[in-house]
Amino acid sequence: MNHIRNFSIIAHIDHGKSTLADRFIQYAGVVEDRDFQDQILDNMDIERERGITIKSQVVSLPYRAKDGRSYTLNLIDTPGHVDFTYEVSRSLASCEGVLLLIDAAQGVQAQTLANLYLAMEHDLAIIPVINKIDLPSADVERVIEQIDSELGLDSDTHLKCSAKEGIGIEEILEAIVERIPPPKGDPAAPLAALIFDAKYDSFRGTVIHCRIFDGAVKAGDIIRLVYNNATYRVEEVGHFLLQRQKRESLSAGDVGYIIAGVKTVSDVRTGDTITLENRPCPKPLPGFKEVKPVVFASIYPIAADDYTDLADSLDKFKLNDASFVYEKDSSTALGQGFRCGFLGLLHLDIVQERLEREYDLSIILSVPSVRYRFTLKDGTVVSVDNPAHYPEPMSIIKSEEPYIRAAMMLPDRYLGAVMKLCMEKRGVNSTLNYPNPGRAELIYEMPLSEVIFDFYDRFKSVTQGYGSFDYDLIDYRESSLALLDILVNGEKVDALSQIVHRERARARGLQACERLKEEIPRQMFKIAIQGVIGGEIISRTTISPFRKDVIAKCYGGDISRKRKLLEKQKKGKKRMKMIGNVSIPQSAFLAVLKSDTE
Amino acid sequence: MDAGPIPNPTGNTFQRPQEPDELPGLYIHIPFCLRKCAYCGFYSITDRSLIPAFRSALRREMALYREWATSFDTLYIGGGTPSILTAVDLEEVITDIQASFTIATDAEITVEANPADITEGLLASLRRAGVNRINIGAQSFDDGSLALLGRRHTALQAIGAIHRARDAGFENIGLDLIYGLPSSQAAGETSPKTDRAFATWLATLDTAIGMNPDHLSCYQLTLEEGTPLAERYSRGEIAFPGETLQADFFCNTSEFLEDNGYIHYEVSNFARPGRESRHNRKYWNHAPYLGLGPAAHSFSGRERRWNRRAVNAYISDLESGREPVESREILSDEQLRLEALFLGFRTRRGICLETFKIRYGRDLLADKRDMVERLSGEGLVEIRDGFLRPTRAGMAVADSLALI
Repeated sequence: MNHIRNFSIIAHIDHGKSTLADRFIQYAGVVEDRDFQDQILDNMDIERERGITIKSQVVSLPYRAKDGRSYTLNLIDTPGHVDFTYEVSRSLASCEGVLLLIDAAQGVQAQTLANLYLAMEHDLAIIPVINKIDLPSADVERVIEQIDSELGLDSDTHLKCSAKEGIGIEEILEAIVERIPPPKGDPAAPLAALIFDAKYDSFRGTVIHCRIFDGAVKAGDIIRLVYNNATYRVEEVGHFLLQRQKRESLSAGDVGYIIAGVKTVSDVRTGDTITLENRPCPKPLPGFKEVKPVVFASIYPIAADDYTDLADSLDKFKLNDASFVYEKDSSTALGQGFRCGFLGLLHLDIVQERLEREYDLSIILSVPSVRYRFTLKDGTVVSVDNPAHYPEPMSIIKSEEPYIRAAMMLPDRYLGAVMKLCMEKRGVNSTLNYPNPGRAELIYEMPLSEVIFDFYDRFKSVTQGYGSFDYDLIDYRESSLALLDILVNGEKVDALSQIVHRERARARGLQACERLKEEIPRQMFKIAIQGVIGGEIISRTTISPFRKDVIAKCYGGDISRKRKLLEKQKKGKKRMKMIGNVSIPQSAFLAVLKSDTE
Repeated sequence: MDAGPIPNPTGNTFQRPQEPDELPGLYIHIPFCLRKCAYCGFYSITDRSLIPAFRSALRREMALYREWATSFDTLYIGGGTPSILTAVDLEEVITDIQASFTIATDAEITVEANPADITEGLLASLRRAGVNRINIGAQSFDDGSLALLGRRHTALQAIGAIHRARDAGFENIGLDLIYGLPSSQAAGETSPKTDRAFATWLATLDTAIGMNPDHLSCYQLTLEEGTPLAERYSRGEIAFPGETLQADFFCNTSEFLEDNGYIHYEVSNFARPGRESRHNRKYWNHAPYLGLGPAAHSFSGRERRWNRRAVNAYISDLESGREPVESREILSDEQLRLEALFLGFRTRRGICLETFKIRYGRDLLADKRDMVERLSGEGLVEIRDGFLRPTRAGMAVADSLALI
């Protein structure tokens, strides 16, 4: 075990994690130069396209150190975006140390700090590395000073490098060997392995990514998943170069994979412990904190026939994204679907894109709703989250909505902006503390409905990423509510109905109409869009029909080209939802979800 | 898997037209122009030294396809500018065609011509060769507009050409006209400019019908990529009428011409009763046609193909004994249906519901009942005598109609 080092690279976005990982991979000769691609660990198309890392990836790097000995450096690549803190935490639980990467020109940023706190929570060895020293705007001295003052680390321990130019790479590898401790654990003890990730491979079933803390496992062993006591026979174990590579066994200190014929996706839970059936470990490993989604939306298939496919895909998807939560939902117009929780708007964006790309699904997102409570004249109390089940207005005596207590930590220079935001969201009963100089803890009670969609992203935006947000549901409070319906050419679009606070109703109605006017393309008929509350029209816009679309010439040579154009348009139309005779693109539903930005 | 087309007796691999409801049409493309107009996206070159080689190649191509169809009842010679060929050459081309193919005795034979080329000599040659329809590219009777379009003739020349054609004995004369010309981009100026543009167009139409043509093609000017006009547009020098104005142009033109005894029978085409372009109607009726010459298109009823665009490539293919085909496609039933729809909605006659059911296997009324009713209510289509036909407003949105 002494020759193993398990480490991660953590950093603020774009500070060079992936490039540094590339250099390590090249240095270790894991990949032939001709097979090499930049940001090679970002192998999901989406990751490449957006230039971000979403999923954790592991690669084992063989390294011969200056002391002449051979080491195995297990690099666990982590996501860099604030939405994916949860993924970072899971990876860190499998490491003994991290490289804290800081851009020499940008200096310490919000995520640098956030990731540092995470690493400290996991008690990891920390090696500060200043990257991009090749940049003309690099100010290494300033960063060294920041390491002392802002990060509270010993700046004498820092290293410098340029991942792009390949400078300082060997020194970092040496430091990893010297300063990150080898894993501790007893290979002879009962097996205790932590599942930190899993992938579904259509040929092999579930591939479990895990870190072995104690004991050993090999093909033929019978393992048990502690969470549900399910047992499986191990088919294969191995580690990761860039692809999986089979090995005889994995033992304490190793990071690798287990394939054990696990077919059902929901059998495996990340954070769970794997042990041996005939010699179980006495206590499970500490798992992970249950992740709390901060953004909610409902997903529906455009074609009702696709419901089962959507359900299956969400099942499979959840395996590769443990932070994504969902439950059944339904809507009058859109049929059966799922209400989902996300870690942020970027997370939502990416989930939608992955569902469409990887599972070839056409889906609609709809306005989310919290669970409201209504006390009716006849004494019954009903819980309603679906606007379609809004009770008859005349029968309502009391309306209530759920409130949360939001605990926010932020540098005090952002206090003004955050308080303004919370008050805009009908926040009340605020408390303010200063746990450390310069750092404020702000607590507000806010209606959950004001927070479910874009509060988190706006909060992060006004605190420039430095703020942290956590919440707990507290109670139901009386509130003045109304049902806002959106009509398109007289027909109610169920997916756009919202239960809103009276004060907000008109504004929301206007906004919804305006957004729809922007998103719905002109058609052969006039389109009237109305916002309606209790039978009263509170907002309206009209989209005039187009009167000419045909091209002038259509002779022998034009027909083929024209047809191809129409075929393309037809395909586009299929992805739209027909409400009556009006084609509404998916983007329209999502646009109505997003409220006014500042 | 597709092993490739099987050659016919004379060596071409083009499927023969199967049981056509009407005889196929024949199209010849003459890819030469004296100079390119500012708006034109068609294929043509100005190097006339290639004409002899082109003509030899054309003769070879004719030989390749002489057995393709039993006979044709329309012949259309377009371009480019067919009229820049010498009268002798043009007459010879047509006699070559008569020699290689069977052209029905009552066939409609059309030649396109530029007003500046229409001399008595040319007209006489065409009449001798049996041409009974002439299509004159007048475009406008306003010299300012002609200059903007980059045309090489004047309004006066166009008027003279029309008279000469009548005198030469042509009883079927067509004019090509363009509307929706751009105006120079001036901030804030909209109404005065557009009124003026409209007035200019009405004056052209007035002059046109004053000469009693049998056929009028009125095209809205379209920006084609790579043309000088498109260049000027991308530099912000000129602006085009917006969608509302375009729709007005379209409808007002239609009203004006119909009030004056012309039938608006296709989106861009008007004719005295009985003087519709029989050749062009084949395109919209899904009839087969054979196209010869560079960039020419052909349709067998199931297969579409088109020739090499570049004159050189066309010539060298034929010199090596190869068909000068650039590409081909075999259409699926669904594609044929879509074509029938968008082509049908471009014509006032519309889509014959019974024929559509037989040819393409779909009952339009049954399948699209709700949509048709809605469109009917909006005044975009009507059902008459077993035809689903667009109204004037419907023709203006023919493309969207096809997507129902």
